Amino acid sequence: MPENCIYIARSSAIAARALAGEMMVMNSADSTFFTLNEVASAIFQAADGRTPLRDIVRDRVCGQFDVDPEQAQADAEQFITELSSHGILLVSNQPLSSQTSRETPR
Amino acid sequence: MSLMSEVGQKAFNLGVPIAVHMDVTYRCNERCVHCYLDHDDHGELTTAEIKDTLDQLAEAGVFFLTFSGGEVFMRRDFFEIVEHARRLMFNVKIKTNAVMIHEEEARRIRELEVDSIQISVYSHRAEVHDAITKLPHSFERTVESIRFLREQGLRVTIANVLMTVNSSDHGGVQKLAAELDVQYTLDPTITPMMDGDTSVLALRIPGEELPDVFHNPSLVANQEEYCAPPKPPSAQDLEGYSCSAGHSFCYISPYGDVFPCVQFPLPTGNIRQQRFLDIWNFSPQMKEVRSIQAKDLTVCSSCSHVSSCSRCPGLAYMEGSMRGPSTADCEKSFYRTGVPTANMLRQGLSKPRTFSGNSTPLIQIRPVAVPA
Repeated sequence: MPENCIYIARSSAIAARALAGEMMVMNSADSTFFTLNEVASAIFQAADGRTPLRDIVRDRVCGQFDVDPEQAQADAEQFITELSSHGILLVSNQPLSSQTSRETPR
Repeated sequence: MSLMSEVGQKAFNLGVPIAVHMDVTYRCNERCVHCYLDHDDHGELTTAEIKDTLDQLAEAGVFFLTFSGGEVFMRRDFFEIVEHARRLMFNVKIKTNAVMIHEEEARRIRELEVDSIQISVYSHRAEVHDAITKLPHSFERTVESIRFLREQGLRVTIANVLMTVNSSDHGGVQKLAAELDVQYTLDPTITPMMDGDTSVLALRIPGEELPDVFHNPSLVANQEEYCAPPKPPSAQDLEGYSCSAGHSFCYISPYGDVFPCVQFPLPTGNIRQQRFLDIWNFSPQMKEVRSIQAKDLTVCSSCSHVSSCSRCPGLAYMEGSMRGPSTADCEKSFYRTGVPTANMLRQGLSKPRTFSGNSTPLIQIRPVAVPA
């Protein structure tokens, strides 16, 4: 899948909450529990299903943290692959709306 | 330490209320003999008030949210409440007797991605369960509901409160849980009623029977460690705290009262009058609960069990002092290890005193041995 077409959205099956800058995420289907660091949390919170991943990386990662853009994009793709395999994130080459959480986790 | 424990410890250290138990009603369709609640409605929070409370809890950092009662499904708006909670991305657990859960309700619970459901089952024998709940056919209905929930792939735990009238039935309930493919948990704690009436304590299983529970490998994992004589407390142990009550956990009643725990009836504020975070951060009572370290306990600080005891500050509070001992936990520590507690020794007791309250015997229940 070309990187410029990737859209990501949080699954509606998850629970999530920020704790001291890190995001706690749990999938109710299998009770897998994750904590996301600050950069991963930024991507996760921006995963609205409408914003392309490259824009999220540019605005929420490169714009906020001192990282190389190419490296950031590669890390982000690895990160979303891992979370999508656990049903935490939905990934598509088209904007996503259904079965996603519209609420931005606090 | 597991990731979950690490996060729990972090919340504790930061004073973030990561978990809240919320009773949405005290009304109930059962009348369990050991229940500590007044089932009349004295002005429950409205749907709007509960939703506003949930908004505040999300803002405060609450992640794990348990809805309980009373019976949660006595509220017609219960699904609306759960829906709002899930929209706010809480991890939601439900405690229920399940008799009002049919196929449609089970499907709705699954759609809302509820984490798990804990259901009270007192016996594998319908006549014993129904005599405890005082609701005819409740056993049959509860078990049928568990099957509906399992058909939806939901995680279910059977909670088996152990008391005099069902003390021989835990093996049967365990087998039932295995047949239904659900988890099983046992609790031998009977709590005084909300108005202070201790008559229900007569239902606590006699201390002499506790070793059968504590030394049963099917009920308690890590037997050797759990039943080992206590190690001398370290300086670090004496700097420690009893539990998460008031540190990273609290309880909210159907009337909006906030307490450190469901088993700790110390009022700290009401969400109809104050913002939740103002109560959590600034209530003098909450601060006092938070301040108590093991070294501050009047009797327990000198007890050899201090580092391993399950001492409940709420039960201690109900006995007269949140810094004092909780007799029920002294009893558990003794019967778990065989070593007398400081509370017993100061009273010159070599074994716990048997509780004598005004009992209401359930003469229709005759414990029978459960086939191996």
